Amino acid sequence: MSAALWILIIAAVLVVVGGAAFVATRSRGRDLELEPTPDERRPGTGTVTTPPAVEETPPTSSVDTAVPTEAEAAPVEVGPEVVEEAPPAEAEAPPQQLEPLVKPSFFDRLGKARTAFSGYLGGLVGRGKLSEDDWEELEEALIQADVGVATSMSLIGDVRDLAKGSGADSGEDILGLLKARMHRELEGKDRSLILDEGRTNVWLFVGVNGVGKTTTIGKVARRLVDEGHKPLLAAGDTFRAAAAEQLTTWGERAGADVVRGNEGGDPSAVIFDGVQAAAARGCDVVLADTAGRLHNKTNLMEELSKVRRVAGREPGHVSEVLLVIDATTGQNGMSQAKVFTEAVEVTGVVLTKLDGSAKGGIVFAIESELGIPVKLVGLGEKAGDLVDFDAPAFVDALFE
Amino acid sequence: MFQTLTDKFEGIFGRLGKKGRLTEEDVDEALREIRLALLEADVNLTVVRGLRDRIRARAVGEEIHKALNPAQQVVKIVNEELTASLGGETMQISFASRPPTVVLMAGLQGSGKTTTSAKLARWFKSQGRNPLMVGADLQRPAAVEQLRTLGRQIDVPVFSEPSDPVAVAAAALEEARRTGRDVLIVDTAGRLAIDEDLMEEVRRISDSVQPHYTFLVVDAMTGQDAVNTAEAFHQRLSLDGVILTKLDGDARGGAALSVKEVVGRPIAFAATGEKLEDFDLFHPDRMASRILGMGDVLTLIDKAEQVYEKEEAEEAAARMLEGQFTLDDFLEQMQQLKKMGPLGGLLSMLPGLPKELRNVNIDDRELARVEAIIKSMTPAERAEPRMIEASRRARIAKGSGTNPTQVAGLVTQFTEMQKMMKKLGGMGTKKARKDRKGDKRKGKGGSRVTGKGGVPALTGGGRVTPKGTKAGKAPLMLPGLDRIDASDLDALADELDRRR
Repeated sequence: MSAALWILIIAAVLVVVGGAAFVATRSRGRDLELEPTPDERRPGTGTVTTPPAVEETPPTSSVDTAVPTEAEAAPVEVGPEVVEEAPPAEAEAPPQQLEPLVKPSFFDRLGKARTAFSGYLGGLVGRGKLSEDDWEELEEALIQADVGVATSMSLIGDVRDLAKGSGADSGEDILGLLKARMHRELEGKDRSLILDEGRTNVWLFVGVNGVGKTTTIGKVARRLVDEGHKPLLAAGDTFRAAAAEQLTTWGERAGADVVRGNEGGDPSAVIFDGVQAAAARGCDVVLADTAGRLHNKTNLMEELSKVRRVAGREPGHVSEVLLVIDATTGQNGMSQAKVFTEAVEVTGVVLTKLDGSAKGGIVFAIESELGIPVKLVGLGEKAGDLVDFDAPAFVDALFE
Repeated sequence: MFQTLTDKFEGIFGRLGKKGRLTEEDVDEALREIRLALLEADVNLTVVRGLRDRIRARAVGEEIHKALNPAQQVVKIVNEELTASLGGETMQISFASRPPTVVLMAGLQGSGKTTTSAKLARWFKSQGRNPLMVGADLQRPAAVEQLRTLGRQIDVPVFSEPSDPVAVAAAALEEARRTGRDVLIVDTAGRLAIDEDLMEEVRRISDSVQPHYTFLVVDAMTGQDAVNTAEAFHQRLSLDGVILTKLDGDARGGAALSVKEVVGRPIAFAATGEKLEDFDLFHPDRMASRILGMGDVLTLIDKAEQVYEKEEAEEAAARMLEGQFTLDDFLEQMQQLKKMGPLGGLLSMLPGLPKELRNVNIDDRELARVEAIIKSMTPAERAEPRMIEASRRARIAKGSGTNPTQVAGLVTQFTEMQKMMKKLGGMGTKKARKDRKGDKRKGKGGSRVTGKGGVPALTGGGRVTPKGTKAGKAPLMLPGLDRIDASDLDALADELDRRR
């Protein structure tokens, strides 16, 4: 029995007693009572309070009785109609005759977001010898790109040493040294996606909530189809409402089969079914979606480990575990990468939403500290907006 | 929430606390650390600079000379500045005199707008309102379907049609008026702040429904870019508030500070879990307290209140400190504790715990084993564990499905704990205990008790309230925190470990 447990018990008693009096004096205007066990969310199969019919509300349901008739006349079919709202090039393409993808170049897309920062370091370039303030500015540029304090400091420290050794001291030289130093950090990584021939590969997509896992799978599917592969999508996010519908829409767009289970069901089972179906239909890769989960929820991370184990059962062959990270993520990204890697041995990172103003500097820290290569980058909402990670361009863009 | 920032400040102020008086260099040293801590917590660089300057201006001023304890003075200043930066007071939601009250949700992709819309609807419902949700996210596949599913779960209707977002919003407003819905929550598609077309679209939605409240939904994990996003949305939509999501993660949440600072509007709500009820008004004081190493004590107390009988707990604590704590009491405490949720989560909320301890993974099953052992003892053994010799030990082990070594281990640890508690109890001022007794005499009208010099004394089983709570100031320290500080607990843990 751990000492921590004892302390917890002791401390809890003290806190409660002290707190009781404290609470008595505090305003009691709380609107919502906390549930007694807020941590025990996400019950197992079948206990989620979702009505069984996901497709369309039957007119008898309590929800609809609350909506008077006219609203009912206008309810939306989510599906093809809604897809029309998507960029026309996408929506008009029937699944079987996909339009050729127009892949944006890495820099094209980044460019438009960067104007706000251009010139931020411009002043440095023209400068002669860098002052302390200039050095600090350089460091802050990295921090502002979410590279992180520790990584930024160590990089700048290295560059200072280099500068001393080489006698370089102009702003331009120093900036060049820094970029070179950062390029080197990201060099020589294998960024290819592994697809072993003759096997039922499984690519597992993991990450916290809202980073874009489902969308990324849609784009990857499209890309694989274009390359002549036969992907199958497994809707392993059985938790979020309508996640499977979202994936199904992407499957239609890409022309790939989708295997789905019940909402609230066991994600391992869905992915296992996906692997079986893929093997039976001769698909060479299963793109397995999982529910977003915060990495500090131990039970959910255990669930994910199980998903990985089950996905690897014959004939399944887990060849990629891709951690999806949102470019707006700050320093928490490092913690995400660490914990997810511990749980499911992440083989690569997909950096999404890099077409915004965020620079995604945290992946630099992830790659250099944890050695997990960034493999793909998301640059928009269209199926083609997924490109290979271009490390030099990425580093240069951090300074734009 | 904000956990790592808490660790940092604990480190800084722990060091400051050991010095007698603060010099200007001390303040600067502290400020450097605070700057780093805030940056690592993803607070925007510009915001950090402003905050640092404000803290310095106050700390190096005359205030510092009045200090009884300079470290506490700095803590107080930082606390106040953080609280002010986070929003000062909890936001009050008022309702339109001519319903419906329209709420517009905006934000980046994946920040949690759809889920939050449903949580907000549920919240309004709990306030006795009749919300209608609008699915105006026609961009993301199945977003409306997601909203409908959530709507069914909370029994709130959803309006949407496959036209265009502006038309949907306008039609929904009509619909709400016609059907007497008094709150309209408009869920919009996620959009990048730099996407001109989509930003223009959301502005048109806003124009057509004239929202009373426009909320920006912000992911607590957001980094430095939070400021740019908030600025852009604020420019277009003139935000009324911010909703912070995913606060149940371990992100340090600096984005909250940044956004608040840039937009100048309060953080209205916070979402702290995936369940639809994990959502409440944002409490800036709690958040700042947490940053300052107090743990999320208030939340813990809320939880505890639901499972503990106050009187019972007080008595148990008193017995504990007098060394009369029996295994029965212990069992009872453990069972109460179990009701409060997973132990790891509780541990993380306790103030003053060194982070090594806070991050310890506690297996809840250990509790079950301990429970089994204690339950296999006779009442006499529970009251007087010393009587347990080899044969009793063997019997207990058999009864609980453990082995005699484990039983012996438990007994030794328990005895040690008893001793520790006695020692700790002796440390608690006699005054506090006397006050407690006095309190009991006075009955329910019991007064608040504060230690000398405005620093709350060790609870010692007494009722203690930090000074100034009523005045709306955030409490400086948890009752007793000044005594049971990290080093005490450290020592306690070491001691227990050694004896094991």
